[in-house]
This record gives sequence, structure tokens and C-alpha cells, in this order.
Amino acid sequence: MTITLFLEQILNGVQFGVFLFLISAGLTLVLGIMNVVNLAHGSLYMLGAYVSTTLYTLTGNLFIAFVLMVPILLVIGMIVEIVVLRTMYERDHMDQVLATFGLILFFNELVRILWGVEGVGMKIPESLAGSVDIGVPYPSYRLLIIAMGILVSVALYLMITKTRTGMQIRAGASNRPMIGALGINIRVLYTVVFGLGAVFAGFAGLMAGPIISIESGMGEEMLIFAFVVIVIGGIGSIRGALVASVVVGVFEIVGRSILPYILLQLVTPDQAQTAGPALASMLVYILMVVILFFKPQGLFPARTG
Amino acid sequence: MLSRLKLGVLIVSFLILAFLPIVAEAIGEEFYISLVARMMIFAIAAMSLDLILGYGGMISFGHAMFFGLGCYAVGILAFYEITNGWVQLAVCVFGTALIGLFVGYISLRTSGIYFIMVTFALAQMFYFLGISLETYGGDDGLPIDTRSEFFSFFDLSEELNMYYLILGTLTVCTIFGWKCVNSRFGMVLRGSHANLPRMEAIGFPTLKYRLSAFVISGVMCGLAGFLLGNLTEFLTPEYMHWFRSGEIMVMVIVGGMGTLFGPLYGAFAYLIFEEVMAGFTEYWQFYFGPILIVLVLFAKQGLWGLLPGKERLGDE
Repeated sequence: MTITLFLEQILNGVQFGVFLFLISAGLTLVLGIMNVVNLAHGSLYMLGAYVSTTLYTLTGNLFIAFVLMVPILLVIGMIVEIVVLRTMYERDHMDQVLATFGLILFFNELVRILWGVEGVGMKIPESLAGSVDIGVPYPSYRLLIIAMGILVSVALYLMITKTRTGMQIRAGASNRPMIGALGINIRVLYTVVFGLGAVFAGFAGLMAGPIISIESGMGEEMLIFAFVVIVIGGIGSIRGALVASVVVGVFEIVGRSILPYILLQLVTPDQAQTAGPALASMLVYILMVVILFFKPQGLFPARTG
Repeated sequence: MLSRLKLGVLIVSFLILAFLPIVAEAIGEEFYISLVARMMIFAIAAMSLDLILGYGGMISFGHAMFFGLGCYAVGILAFYEITNGWVQLAVCVFGTALIGLFVGYISLRTSGIYFIMVTFALAQMFYFLGISLETYGGDDGLPIDTRSEFFSFFDLSEELNMYYLILGTLTVCTIFGWKCVNSRFGMVLRGSHANLPRMEAIGFPTLKYRLSAFVISGVMCGLAGFLLGNLTEFLTPEYMHWFRSGEIMVMVIVGGMGTLFGPLYGAFAYLIFEEVMAGFTEYWQFYFGPILIVLVLFAKQGLWGLLPGKERLGDE
């Protein structure tokens, strides 16, 4: 394995981590502040990808597609919150799991009805189709993803830690009744947070569009990773989500590519051939189990007491 | 205790199941035998989930993991031409118990939302493991050439024998489950659900009880997988997919959570609904999603709860 390949894999890992952060940031806030299990968060990522593809095909400009996608996802997110999630706050987790499971079924079939069973494709804009030399030749589009992802992540992080709304959101995550008592309209705050989470997930969907296959059920693949990220990072913690996203992203991508080489040093090629893929597919979960074993509340627990 | 009506419904249901193959053969619709056999397998799985979900309050979103593991126990051994049913059964029971112990121990260190997410993620881990095991078919799955061999006079390749093995297992699991939830063990489990700190304060090692329940439930679901592998003669990681976990959970809620018998009816109701709806439209889940939400909102007592008479302790 060469150094260049290794560097490229690290970049891919960071890029995957950026996706994970965009998805898990919204989800961890929903879980932390509202104390609601939301399985349907992956569906918002999926909807983001589908909606963006259509907008991009119609307008022919990725930026315009992005600008139009934001309000659409915001509205979808807020509608989902108002129609389904709102009725679930006072209920137990079991009901929330089932209701959001119902939402997954609904959305997965909805995109199959609207966009067809086959899934849709999204092309990389021509101006971004080449690659840039940054020590290693790296596709410009993937580089843009990393840059945009970091930009948005920083913006989100600053919003959560520095602004007044962010303060209310964090306060909501650590003590819900108290922030209500201080006169913050929790109902509106919840709807806004959920809508924002939908926008971030949709943004991840937009950027992922050209490099993955857009199909029904794609959201749940990311949802599982987002769960791992949140479990590792600690529910309700943006900082935890950020750290855990990058760790899980790099671990998943780099681990998968260097694991076969490590195994080759330890066992016979034949055994490595068999065990390699099996072990690689379990890597992030093993990481999660190890962290859970020592820190059941995650690395950065947001809730006190 | 069970009300007389509920006991009657239960006995009649099992009698219907016992005589169903005879009727099906008489009218020449053998198709129904394997269909109902499949429903009974899911009924076992749903009941096993209700043990920890309804009685123990442990919301496991990864129960299909055990379903698949039981199936792999049959499939992998059959792949190496070990078709002795007793060996397969032993591997299935001990395998699922061990993995249940591991998964249960890790996830019971957490609670609430964490527990749901951890069981979900760990189940997916086994799903991905199944996909990456190319030797055993990867995500294409693997045909199981020979069904388990128990007795020379009880050949499972006869559909009728397979059916009655499944019915027998269902009956045993139902009786065992009922004994279990009404035993001292079951009471401690319910207590841990109702008020965990209090149970600990009065001196019960609740982790041991909850972990045992998790393992028992896992083994029972593993048995269902064992039967499913034999019935379908096919092994696929698909059985472990999170979607199956969700389905099993839906069966529990449709039948009535924490009623033990309810999930049996829930499994039948869900699978019949699926069968009928899939006949009308390819996109049946598009309709089922909202129906599920409405069910959760307004009909939580489930089918079993429609019958008069309460048997759950602490029901108002």
C-alpha cells in the first residue's frame, strides 16, 4: 500500500465523516432536545437527494438546486414534525419507534412511486468533473464536498455554540422543563430544530447525490452509521457528533482499505481473503462496542444527571 | 389469570391450527399449509420479542438478528453436511444464547434511546457480517439442501411433519412463555420494567434478571429462525435486516404488547394483511406506514386487548 493511496483513503474517510456529521448533527439534537427516537431521519436525507436531483435536472445548476432545496426540505421537516412527531413527545419510546418506522415505510414507497423503482442518477457538474493535484490527484467534486461540509459544519457549530438560538437549543438538550419555565416557546423551538435537521440531512443528500446511487432505502444505510456516531459521541452533543463522525468516517473507509494488508501480515492469504471483508464490515460496530464498554454515555455526554 | 373467554379463544385457535392441514389437503389447497407454517414461525418470533418488550420494557430494535442467527445455524451446518437435527439444535440454542449474552450485556449497560440504537446497530453488524460471508452465499443467500434430521420415523422433508414440528414448537413456546411471565422470574422482570430503581433498592440484581430475559427471548427467536431455515430451505442475511426487526415489533403492537398471546394473533394479522395488500398494489407499504401511525396513536391495546378481561398485573 502506497502513501498516496493511504492519503486518498484518509481524504475519503474525512469526506464520509462530513456526510455523517451533517446527518447526525440534526438527529442528535432531535434525540437530545426532544427525547424522541426518530428513525425517519434517514428518509429526510433520501428526500434531499431525490429533490435535489430533480431540481438539478430542471435548472441545470447545482447551486440553484441547493438554494431551492433548502426551503423545500425545511417545509417537509416542519410538516413531519407538526403532523407526526408532535403527537409523540408525551408518549414512550416504543410508540416513537413504531410511528417513525411507519414514516420510513411511507417515504421509501413514496419515492418509488414518484421517481420510479429503479432509482435515479445525478451527474457531477462538468466544471467539477476533473481532479485536482493536492499531493495526490483527487477528484475536485469530492474535494468540494469536504470543503462545503467543513464550512457548513463550522457554521452549524458556531450557530449552536455562539448564537442565542443555539444557546436555547443547548439549554433544551440539558434541561427541558427549565427552558420552558424561562419563557422559551418550546413548541416552536422543536419545530425549528427539526426543520433545520431536515435541511442539513437534505444537504448531505444533495452532495452525496452524484457519488452514490440514489434509491429507496438509501437513508437507512446512513441512519445506522448516524446511530453509531451518536452513541459514540453522546446524545445531544454537537461536539460529540463532530468528533465521532470524523472518527467513524475515517475508521470505516481507511479501516476497510488497510485491514486486508494488516491481515496479510498476520495470517495466510487464504484466511485473509475470507476474514478480511467480514471483519471490515464489523469494524465501526466493534469500535462502538469498545467505547460503550468503557463509556456507556458516549464520549461527550450532553445531559447532566 | 386468563379470563375464561380468552382461554377459550386460545384453545380454539390452536385446535384450528392442528386441524388446518387436514382441511387444506381435503380441499386440495396445500399452499395454505406452508403459508400458515410461516405465520406460526413469525408468531414465535413476535412472542419472544414480547417477553422482553412488553414485560421487560426493553425496546430491542434488533430482534431479527436472532431470527437470522438461528437460520444460519441450520444453513452453515447443512453446508458442511452436518444434518443431524439435534446437533443443529444444540448449536442454534448455544449460539444464540452466547450472542444474546454478549449483545444483551453491551446494550443493557445503556437505557432509553441508547438501548434502541445499540440493539439496532449490533443487529445490523450481524447483517453486514452475513453479507460479507461469501462462503455462505453473501447477500445472495444459500440453499439448504437437506432439512434437519431428528428421527427416522419423522422425516421433515414431508411438509406435514414440518408443519406439526412448527406447531409443536409454537405450543411449547407459548406454554413456556406463560409459565415464565407468571413465575417469580417474570414478576421481577415486570417489576424492573415498572420501577427499576425501586427493584434495585429492595435488593434484586435486576441486570441479571433482565439479561436472562434477553437471552431467553433471543434463544426463542433463534428457534423460530431455525424453523424458518428448515421451512424455506434457504439461508439469507435478509432475515436479519432491520426491516424484519421492525416487522416483528409491528406484530407485537398489533397483537397487543405485554399480553404474550396477543403477538401470536398480531403475527397472523400482519402477514395476512401483507398477503392481501400485496395482491392489490406493489406499494402496499405506502398505505401501511400511515395505518401504523394511526394504530400507534389510537389502538395501542392491540387485537388481544379487544377481548374483555385483563390478565396483566398493574393494568388499570
